Amino acid sequence: MTAYPYVLSDSATMLRRNLRHMRRYPSLTLFIAGIPVVLLLLFVYVFGGTLGAGLGGVSGGRDAYVAYVIPGILLMAVAGVAQGTAISVAMDMTEGIVARFRTMAISRASVLTGHVVGSIIQTALAIAVVMAVALLIGFRPTTGPVAWVAAAGMLALTALAITWLSVALGLSTRSVETASNLPMFLMLLPFLGSGFVPTQTMPDGLRWFAENQPFTPIIETLRGLLLGTPIGNSGLIAVAWCVAISLFGFLWARRLYERDPAHR
Amino acid sequence: MEVAGHDVGRDPDGVRAAIGVTGQFSAVDKFLTGQENLVLMADLRHLGKGDGRRRAEELLHRFDLVDAARKPVSTWSGGMQRRLDLAMTLVGNPRIIFLDEPTAGLDPRSRRTMWQVIRDLVDGGVTIFLTTQYLEEADRLADRIAVLDHGRLVAEGTPSELKRLVPGGHIRLEFADNGELEKAARTFRGASRDDESLALLVPSDGGVGSLRTLLDELEEASIDVDGLSVRTPDLDDVFLSLTGHPDSPKGAA
Repeated sequence: MTAYPYVLSDSATMLRRNLRHMRRYPSLTLFIAGIPVVLLLLFVYVFGGTLGAGLGGVSGGRDAYVAYVIPGILLMAVAGVAQGTAISVAMDMTEGIVARFRTMAISRASVLTGHVVGSIIQTALAIAVVMAVALLIGFRPTTGPVAWVAAAGMLALTALAITWLSVALGLSTRSVETASNLPMFLMLLPFLGSGFVPTQTMPDGLRWFAENQPFTPIIETLRGLLLGTPIGNSGLIAVAWCVAISLFGFLWARRLYERDPAHR
Repeated sequence: MEVAGHDVGRDPDGVRAAIGVTGQFSAVDKFLTGQENLVLMADLRHLGKGDGRRRAEELLHRFDLVDAARKPVSTWSGGMQRRLDLAMTLVGNPRIIFLDEPTAGLDPRSRRTMWQVIRDLVDGGVTIFLTTQYLEEADRLADRIAVLDHGRLVAEGTPSELKRLVPGGHIRLEFADNGELEKAARTFRGASRDDESLALLVPSDGGVGSLRTLLDELEEASIDVDGLSVRTPDLDDVFLSLTGHPDSPKGAA
C-alpha cells in the first residue's frame, strides 16, 4: 500500500457516512447510552446504601458510593459503545458497499478510521449523558478544571484503545450476532476490577486478576482525577495499557481488513 | 499486465481509478438515501462538493430514480437498487466497467431499461465486461463473447462467429400422416425424423434462398405439409455443443 494523498478527506467522508447512519437510526446510540445510566441508578439506589457502608470512608453510605462508582460506570459507557462499534463494523462487512470500496481508489484505512472516529464521538455523547445524570443524583467532582481535562483525556485514550479493539473484533467475525457478543467481556471487566468494590475485598486469585487487568489502573486514574484520591503509578500503567491495546487493535484490524475477502 | 495504461502490479490505485465495478450483489449503502449514496461516491472520487451534487442529480435523472432519491435505499425495489448500483459505478466516469450479471432477477421492463443503459454507455465509448448466464442477453449486447465453462475459456468471437461454430439451424416440417412423412424423408435424405410428432428436421441456414429451394422441392414431389417453422441456431446451442453438458452456462462479453 502506497501513501495515499487523500487519507484525511476519505476518512472524513467515511466519518460523515457513519454519523449519518447514527443519526438515521438513533435507537442503537440511545440504547448504548441508556445501559450505563440504568446501571448507575441501579448501583446507587439499589446496592449503593450497603456497598457505600462497606467502603469505610468518613461519610459512608449512598453519597460516598455515587463518587466511588462513577469511574466504573464511565468505563461501562466506553465498553457499551464498543459493542455497538463491533456490530456496525460487522454489519458493514456483510453489506456489498464495502466490496465496492475495495474496488475504488480510496485510502483503505479510511473505512476503519471512519468507524473509529464515529465511535469516539458516540462515546463522548454517552459519557456526557452519564455525567449529566451523575451530577443530577449528587455526584460532585472535588478536583479542579485541569484534572477534569486530564480525566477527559484519559477517557478519550481509553475509548481509542477499546474502539480499535472492537473494530478488529467486529472484523474477525462472520456474523453480526457473534459480533454483538464478542465485546461482552469488556462490560464485565469493570466488575472484575476496582470499578464497583475495592479489590482488597476479593479472594486472592480474583484479586490478583483485578489488580493487574487494564481497567483497574484506568479506573484508579479517573478516580484520582475526579476525586483527588492518590493515583500513584496507575496513570502511567493506564496510558501504557491504552497505547498497547490501541496498537494491537489497529494492527489486527488492518490485517483483517486487508485480507482477501474470498477467505473470510 | 496493464489496464487503461496502468500497471496492475505497480499502480493498483491507478487501475482502480480508471475502472468501475458493479458486482452481482447490490453494492449500495442501504441505510443511506439514493442521493446520499451517489454523493458518497462523488466524495470518494474527489469531485468537489458542487460537481459531486450535480453529478448525483444528473445520474438520478438518467436512471429514473428522482422520485425515490430522498428515501433510504432499504425501502427500494430490487430493480431500483440495481440501477442505483450501476449509477454509483458511473459517478467517476470510468472508461472500463465490469458488470457481473446486471439483470439477474430483474423483471422484463427493468431488464430492458438496463440493456438500454448499457448500449448507451457503449455508444459513449465505454468498454464493458459483462458476465451473464443469459446467452440471449450476450447475443443482444455484446460485440465479442467469450464462453466460459467451469472457469475455462472454451470459445471466443462475435455472436455470428460463434453461431457458425455449430450446426443446429434447420427447417421443421410437420405432416398430417405417416405417408407424407415417409415421402418427405425420401426426398430430403439428410434430414432427421421425429416419428412421434410426425415432423422432419431439414438442416438449413434458415435463409430465404434455401427456404425457396425447399418449397420448390416439396412442390415437385407433391408433398402436403401441415406446418413449417424455421429455426436458426442460438447461443444456447453454441454453449451446449461446446461444453457437452447442459449446466452452468456463463458468457462474458
